[in-house]
Amino acid sequence: MESRRNPRAVVDPKVRQVGFFTSSQPDSSSTQQQQQQTDPIPASASSPPVSTISPSGNSLSPVMIPPPRLNSSDTFPLRGAAAGASSAVSPSSFSYSNRRDFPDGSTTASPGRHSRGSFVKSSAPVASSLPGIGMDSMAAAKSSSVPASGLTTVSVVTMPPGLAEKASGMEVQSDQKKNPKSLKEKTTKAERRAIQEAQRAAKAAAKADGGKVPPGTSASVASTSVKVAKPAKPSTQKNEVSVAAGVTEKKGGPSEKDRKKDAPHPRMQYDDESRVVKAKRRAVVKQTEAKNRVELFRHLPQYEHGTQLPDLETKFFQLDPMHPAVYKVGLQYLSGDISGGNARCIAMLQAFQEVVKDYSTPPEKNLNRDMTAKISSYVSFLIECRPLSISMGNAIRFVKNRIAKLPITLSESEAKAALQSDIERFINDKIIGADMVIVKHAVTKIRDGDVLLTYGSPTAVEMILLHAHELKKKFRVLVVDSRPKLEGQLLLRRLIKRGISCTYTHINAISYIMHEVTKVFLGASSVLSNGTVYSRVGTACVAMVASAFRVPVLVCCEAYKFHERVQLDSICSNELGDPNAISKVHGREDINYLDGLTNNANLQFLNLMYDATPSDYISMIITDYGMVPPTSVPVIVREYQKEHLLV
Amino acid sequence: MPDVQSMVAEFVNKLRKRKIEGSQATAKCTVELLRSVISHQRVPHANQAAALIDAVKAVGQQLVAANPVELAVGNVVRRVLHIIREEDLSLTTAAMAGLDLLDASDDDDIDNCKGIGYPAMSAAVVAAAARSTLRPPSLQTLLEGTPESATVPYTSSSGADSESKTADKSSLTRKLKHDVIEGVNQLIQEISGCHEQIAEQAIEHIHQNEVILTLGSSRTVLEFLCAAKEKKRSFRVFVAEGAPRYQGHLLAKELVARGLQTTVITDSAVFAMISRVNMVIIGAHAVMANGGVIGPVGVNMAALAAKKHAVPFVVLAGSHKLCPLYPHNPEVLLNELRSPSELLDFGEFSDCLDFGAGSGSLQVVNPTFDYVPPNLVSLFITDTGGHNPSYMYRLIADYYSADDLVM
Repeated sequence: MESRRNPRAVVDPKVRQVGFFTSSQPDSSSTQQQQQQTDPIPASASSPPVSTISPSGNSLSPVMIPPPRLNSSDTFPLRGAAAGASSAVSPSSFSYSNRRDFPDGSTTASPGRHSRGSFVKSSAPVASSLPGIGMDSMAAAKSSSVPASGLTTVSVVTMPPGLAEKASGMEVQSDQKKNPKSLKEKTTKAERRAIQEAQRAAKAAAKADGGKVPPGTSASVASTSVKVAKPAKPSTQKNEVSVAAGVTEKKGGPSEKDRKKDAPHPRMQYDDESRVVKAKRRAVVKQTEAKNRVELFRHLPQYEHGTQLPDLETKFFQLDPMHPAVYKVGLQYLSGDISGGNARCIAMLQAFQEVVKDYSTPPEKNLNRDMTAKISSYVSFLIECRPLSISMGNAIRFVKNRIAKLPITLSESEAKAALQSDIERFINDKIIGADMVIVKHAVTKIRDGDVLLTYGSPTAVEMILLHAHELKKKFRVLVVDSRPKLEGQLLLRRLIKRGISCTYTHINAISYIMHEVTKVFLGASSVLSNGTVYSRVGTACVAMVASAFRVPVLVCCEAYKFHERVQLDSICSNELGDPNAISKVHGREDINYLDGLTNNANLQFLNLMYDATPSDYISMIITDYGMVPPTSVPVIVREYQKEHLLV
Repeated sequence: MPDVQSMVAEFVNKLRKRKIEGSQATAKCTVELLRSVISHQRVPHANQAAALIDAVKAVGQQLVAANPVELAVGNVVRRVLHIIREEDLSLTTAAMAGLDLLDASDDDDIDNCKGIGYPAMSAAVVAAAARSTLRPPSLQTLLEGTPESATVPYTSSSGADSESKTADKSSLTRKLKHDVIEGVNQLIQEISGCHEQIAEQAIEHIHQNEVILTLGSSRTVLEFLCAAKEKKRSFRVFVAEGAPRYQGHLLAKELVARGLQTTVITDSAVFAMISRVNMVIIGAHAVMANGGVIGPVGVNMAALAAKKHAVPFVVLAGSHKLCPLYPHNPEVLLNELRSPSELLDFGEFSDCLDFGAGSGSLQVVNPTFDYVPPNLVSLFITDTGGHNPSYMYRLIADYYSADDLVM
């Protein structure tokens, strides 16, 4: 238990790759190899099946950006070592690789059962049917039963090493198979120059950092050299870390295009300079890193706002692989025209519907794989526009899962129709339908004479209030708002138009008005499995003050936004907004104290987008499965995930 | 006299129109006004103290009525009254002691004593009481059994003694006024110097690499942080911007100008950031006798968050901010609502304010202050040092006479 919880980053890749290793018969690996050479998107194409087994494996977590598919230098040697040893067995990757080798008949049994609860059952038979690795399969079955029982463990174990790692894992392993020695003589001048450049860049970056050298800069310098040299295939590195070198050599093969299409690491840490450099090179959206950043949030991406949009607009005709619908949605994210978890998610899904409609399988390609790859590349584009929300991650997981589960027997048009209807159903059932159910539940909690407080502009709460008003309930609404978005004003306007009496105030005055409040209704961007509500920044403050005043806090959240991740604070993963929105106060020209100070090295602006509300402030979560206490979230996550994959 | 009246009227006007911002500025103006009131007050030969007290009280009541929320006004008026009483007492005891030496059973003296209101009190006790008012209470004075209130129930009795005024007495008269003005001057100095006094302690409370959260704009906080900075401490400051007045921006600007590492955050991000903050430092608007704090709006939220994360919540307050009153429902009664236009643009929402057309009503709440209950405060730093919230009532007793609590 312990060993798997700790070295997540290390164990996971190792595990995955070993899974491949044990299972992949020579022919399968060679086909993989072949595919890798022909198809620019091998990694992402073949990775989705993994995700179907380990529920979170493929999840694109919300706040991360697109980044580079870089193999971090520290995980590599380990991975390589693991490959060499080939002793560790991971349940998930193991069964995954099995499945891929099987004829369709046998796989169709397992797809439906890929939720965690049923995981053991599905994997065991598969394993046993595989000849020659009885020991390993036993181990796999056994260890997989642990995650099934322990909820939190599951989430930790299956946390996202991400597609990139998977991809690289595959590469390592395939490298292992055909030892590439022809590459060795390719150590060239270009490569040495690349190393030099990397070091110079790292040095410059360190200097720009203002003498505040982050720990491990030296390490990152070294890793930069490895990475930058990668395309040029460094054999110098090979002496030190032979396995890593093997990997990098392999990577020398794929073209620029290949790298571009690689799926991003979903939770890239932006304090790793070398990775950022790589990510930038790959990015479709040209983004300028903000210069003056808060030290505490270096791991999160922050770009100069307003620089991306014009650049992206000019690129419109060059981005032929981008579907116009996706492009449009991306621009809307970027400009902030679409915001709010549900709206963003629906927009994305509808764009994907368009994509599916216009899709035609290229010759000699497999619909499942090619489309998954396409979706992945679109997703990374969307991430570049704005980090995904958790709900979007879940929806993407669903779409990819559906694609992967398409029976091969279907013709292309049938498959497309099935996908489109699946997506449609997801939108209708999981988002729109869920909201209806939530409204129905929540309205029962509103009585005559209530004073309801809400914060920001949550769509679900708005629907509840309007519905309660239609039911002729007599209540008053306090709309609490906060800078810089001031979304509450929009909600206020809509509520007043409908004839609801409202009081409007800023979040600072929350203690002043909390006396009169009888219930607090909040929205959420996501509910994590430790009961933490991840929501618009300020929600935690409201919930805290409400619980200090003994006012019940009701959180309305559709179940598709639940996630098995856990989070304790609002620092580790979050999204940074435009810092300039803080220095400028909209509509108040008299507040100009900070004009001209925005580039002062001593002054930073921090515009957090989300915060994490501890579960002890929350009385109840209203979801489409009913009204539950926050402690029941992990149960719903588990049950829901099963159904979610079955849909 | 008329010019004093007009000065008072002018100041009352300013207070009423909220032209004077900040408790320190208000306190300073108030005490200066009171000083001129005292110096212009014609003092009768008998019972000068009572006359002075009456005059100050009359003005004080006007001032307090002009802005009841600005507690510093009342505090300063009470302080001045306390000074008058103290000076009077010390003069009488001194005089009495002198007379005692001459003749302990002098009629005149006894009369005087009666007039003061301690008929049966021995000179030693009175002297002890006087000592206790002048010096911080020591164990000895406590053991001597002089009740703290000994100085307090000193009522200005009419004592219309038609006794012949000795030369001694007339000098005493002049001396009283002089001493009082001296004392008031000291108070002015104390008020204007409280920043430095508080800032001196900064180095004891801020350590290297500390992360400090503050809220609103307070000169005391600014000086406090800068004092630590000058002593070569390096730390970073998070400033909550304090919508809708955005005084945080102002503070951030000043801090940056003094070279401090400053990060401006939105008020909503206070909870998100508090877990990475080592200390919350705020400047109080007023400190109540129970140890509760009235501060800029949003402070209670920060205090609750700090409590949740066990982050020390430190309040800086000059002694003129110590209010001898116990609060009742302070969020509402000791608060002030500012213009809604700071929150909502009337132009944008004027269409929503049409009550006839079946649309809902709209209220906008924009309070100025926030109340932090004493259990959320970790430490008060005043110009006399650091104190617990539970000690506040005692500290306050040093500054005010119980007589003046209700003006």
